Amino acid sequence: MIIRRKPDISSSEITPEGVYLNRRTFVKKAAAAGVIGSALGPQALAGATPRQEIHPRFATLSSEMDEPLNSYEEITTYNNFYEFGTRKSDPAENSGAFNPRPWKVQIGGLVNKPGDYELDDILSGITMEDRVYRLRCVEAWSMVIPWYGFPLSALINKVEPQPSARYIEMKTIVRPDEMPGQRFPILDWPYIEGLRMDEAMHPLTILATGVYGMDLPNQNGAPLRLVVPWKYGFKGVKSIQSINFVEEMPVNTWQVQNANEYGFFANVNPDVSHPRWSQARETRLPGFRKDFETMMFNGYTDQVQHLYAGMDLARWK
Amino acid sequence: MRQKRAVLALKTLLWIGALAPGAYLVSEFLTGSLGANPVEKLTRWTGMAALVLLITSLAVSPARRLTGWNPLIKLRRPLGLFAFFYAGIHFVIWFAFYNVFDLGYMWADIIERRFVTAGMAAFVVMLPLAATSTQWAIRKLKKRWGLLHRGAYLAGILGVVHYFWLVKADTRLPWVFAIVLAALLAFRLPQLQRTKP
Repeated sequence: MIIRRKPDISSSEITPEGVYLNRRTFVKKAAAAGVIGSALGPQALAGATPRQEIHPRFATLSSEMDEPLNSYEEITTYNNFYEFGTRKSDPAENSGAFNPRPWKVQIGGLVNKPGDYELDDILSGITMEDRVYRLRCVEAWSMVIPWYGFPLSALINKVEPQPSARYIEMKTIVRPDEMPGQRFPILDWPYIEGLRMDEAMHPLTILATGVYGMDLPNQNGAPLRLVVPWKYGFKGVKSIQSINFVEEMPVNTWQVQNANEYGFFANVNPDVSHPRWSQARETRLPGFRKDFETMMFNGYTDQVQHLYAGMDLARWK
Repeated sequence: MRQKRAVLALKTLLWIGALAPGAYLVSEFLTGSLGANPVEKLTRWTGMAALVLLITSLAVSPARRLTGWNPLIKLRRPLGLFAFFYAGIHFVIWFAFYNVFDLGYMWADIIERRFVTAGMAAFVVMLPLAATSTQWAIRKLKKRWGLLHRGAYLAGILGVVHYFWLVKADTRLPWVFAIVLAALLAFRLPQLQRTKP
């Protein structure tokens, strides 16, 4: 299934970027920049220019449906990461004091090799790769993001889960000194997310350490975050401090916050509305119009539908 | 003379303050600085401007009573109309971008989602208030005008409810609005009861 999106007149087309972009959009942007570019103030790109130059391989990279990538600036300045504040601009603005290195991941529960693992040890011997995924937020917007990471299954196999482990539970680190959002009980910190073991072992499920081939900026969940492309974005727990292998279904943060709205599975599903908005359509950022038809399992149906065979997806939402 | 000048100065400040969010958004749009989700930014800012201006308009009468300075009342109409102006833009953005000019989508949004229901109700309540904001209407409607324009409180309450139901977890700012509105209502209620039309 190839779905091509009509190009909108989007703000990106009149926004010159400080970063090198996908070739297709680059051509359009270059044309637009000649018209409006001179009006751009220098503040517009503050905090969004990558430390290194973006590798040329991203100039030709797109999703498997041939969707262009969102820009580095879009991906790193518009974030839901309540640990740094509840506005989308807060994480980029308030995460400067966060120190993602050195980093240890506590692995425990029903595994043969529990322990505090140095991130560098986890990463040694693992092959990193670019994964271009659609990210569909439960708030009905979406982006196309080139993550850099590795399959979660590689880590799981390393620590040898026991047969009784049916779920994994992952937690974000708690550091109110470095994460100003955690100084208020907006959510019940730490942020908790989980996956069923077969979801966790699925080859599409990755732990990302980077975006556009470079280390994750703090606002995107440095140094290690979960990415599950067929689920709503909030499942992607950031700055992971612990991974626990358990028998019972974990209770994730948004379920505690409001059980009516968010379930454990949170698979992208255009037919199951959120109480506050329809999930049938989404705004593909940086576009203006919410006219992109949301795809079942965010377009990954062929790869993941077998995981949910026989399940009533309206109930297990 | 001095009084007139003071009123003029206040009105000038009001116009500058009320137009500032709009000017800011236009300049952000023209420089492509609205961010990754331009429509969300436009929606939030216009909604916030409408709510702040509406609640400020409700504060005029209490302020007038507290200070005893009657010319303050001249600020009430422009504040209310600016609130309506931003609410109208807020509505148009929602209709145009979120519902892509589709009346079916719009209607489904209104009946299925309570925060939209509340927001839409607030806007509908404001419509006749804006329409009867002229001197002519005030003269024509006589006592009924005052009664009708108590709808501004209803619009304020609906606006705050809209905001409460909209946010996911962080209700700090909606609470601020709710407390301010409750205080204004508490101040006004005894007075409104005395002057039952």
